[in-house]
Parts: sequence; C-alpha cells; structure tokens
Amino acid sequence: MSTDASTQESIKAEHRRELRSYYWGFAGAVVLTAFSFLAAIWQPFGPFVAYCGLGVFAVAQILVHFRCFLHIDLSSQKREDLQLLLFTAMIIFIMVAGTVWILGSLMDRMM
Amino acid sequence: MTSAAASPKPLHPGLNLGPAHGKANMEAEPVVFGFWVFLMSDLVTFAMFFAVYATSVHATAGGPGNAAITDLTSIAIQTGALLISSLLFGLGTIAMKYDEGRAKVAGFLAAALAFGLVFLGFEIRDFMHAAEIGAVPMRSGYLSSYWALVGLHGLHVTVGSIIILAMIAQIAIFGLRSDVKSRILRLGLYWHFLDVIWVGIITVVFLPGAVA
Repeated sequence: MSTDASTQESIKAEHRRELRSYYWGFAGAVVLTAFSFLAAIWQPFGPFVAYCGLGVFAVAQILVHFRCFLHIDLSSQKREDLQLLLFTAMIIFIMVAGTVWILGSLMDRMM
Repeated sequence: MTSAAASPKPLHPGLNLGPAHGKANMEAEPVVFGFWVFLMSDLVTFAMFFAVYATSVHATAGGPGNAAITDLTSIAIQTGALLISSLLFGLGTIAMKYDEGRAKVAGFLAAALAFGLVFLGFEIRDFMHAAEIGAVPMRSGYLSSYWALVGLHGLHVTVGSIIILAMIAQIAIFGLRSDVKSRILRLGLYWHFLDVIWVGIITVVFLPGAVA
C-alpha cells in the first residue's frame, strides 16, 4: 500500500467530496421538505397545484436521498443492480396499479 | 468526477469502503447486493401498504379522518429528527471509511440513535393521541390502513434503533473489524432507506390531509 504524497492528497480530496455529498444531500432534503410543508399549508395556487407540488417535491427529494445518501447514480450501476431495481419497479407497478384499480373500482361501486 | 484516481468504480450501491480497507471492501460486494435484494423486497411491502392506504382514504365509516389525527408540528419535528439522524449516520460511516477512530464512529452512531429515539417518541405520542380520541385501528378501514402503514415504518425505525445499539456494542467489544465495518455499512443503507419511505409517508398520508 503506497502512501506517497499524491495518494494522500487524492484521499483527502475524496474525503472532502464525500462529506460535501452528505451535507448537500441534507440541505437539499431540508429545503424540499420545507417546500412540501409550505405547499400543503399555504396553497398559494389552490389545492390542485398543491397536490402536484407535493408529488414533484417528493420525487425530487427521493432522488436527492438516492444520490447523496444511498450513493446510487446511473453511471456506475452494475448489470445485476440495475436488473434488481428494474424488476422491483415492475413488481411494484403491477401490484400497486392493480390494487388501486381493483380496490378503487370496488370502493366506487360501494359508495 | 474530478478525483477519478481516488475513486475507483464502486463495487456495490451505497458508500464503498474503498481498496484501502482490503478484505472488508472486497467481501462487501456480495453481502451488500444481498442486502439490496432485502431492501427492494421491503420496498415492495411498503408499496403495497401505500396502495391499500390510497384505496382506503375515504373509508372512514363516519370515524375520525386524517385531519383529526394529524399534528403537522409533530410531523415536522419527526421529519427533522429522521433527517438529522440519517446525516449523522452518514458522517459516522465516512469517519469509519477514513479511519478516524472507533470512538468517533461510535459517537456518530449514538447521536444518530438519539435522534431516531426523538422520532419514535413523537410518533408514539401521536399514536397515543389518536387512540385517546377513538381513532383506533378497529374503528374504520381508513384507520386500519393508517396504523398499518405508519406503524410499519415506526416498527422499522424501532428495529433499526435496536441494531444501532447492537453495533455500538460490537464496536466497543470487537473494534472496527472487517465484519463489523460491513455490518455498519448495511445498517447505514437500511437507515437511509427508511428516510426515503418517510418522504413517501409525509407526501401520501400527512400533507394531503392539510391540503384537503
């Protein structure tokens, strides 16, 4: 294991970069959470825009969490990791869409 | 990526320990992949609880609805506590990666645990308040799905807190051995993953109640 000056320097740079990633992720999550709460409480453009805003902020925040905390980016996915994510997404789509469709329809008929 | 030399291609999703950790880093790949399979199956479980919740929003049977049981101040505090806890755990894993000593790693984990307990305290307080006003799971289909979804997340945080405690004990007893490091790495993924679920819960359960 070589510990010359340039290696030390690059390790330090990597350390700083990873710390920054966590701080930025945290800041992004706090700001997006605040936006979500404000959108729900104030509703400056009415309820429909507030619902849309909630969806957009939530998706943005989930992406921030994945990128900064869980360290997932598309560039470095290995094949089996990508397959796992895609398979999970497919299962969730089939089961959630099916549940909402069938149970939602049942609920409508009972109302 | 400016520091390509220092950051080789990651072996697995999540924070990589890096080649300097030798055995712990190499052994992490298959177990972290296995842990991701668990996390994704857990995600499917949560997705189904979300789907059932979404279909039961109007099934209140004349009982208390979302507005009666949601205290947004408490939800904001819980969200903040969970986010701070996640950040502290992340800083702990980075301290572990850069060999900053086991006291520092254990300290970050203890601080993350403390904020996790703050979250649980406020959540239990909200559940007790709901029970007091008669919003118990037996009251309506809506309340069953509410308790199931929010409770399942709370149960995950409880289990995570117990495991953080176990990992602090393992750091104290075994030190930062390669298997201990690998366990902390996976616990970190679990802890960050619960944040993602919580974002879904505030967006689907608590905030729409404030809009309506």
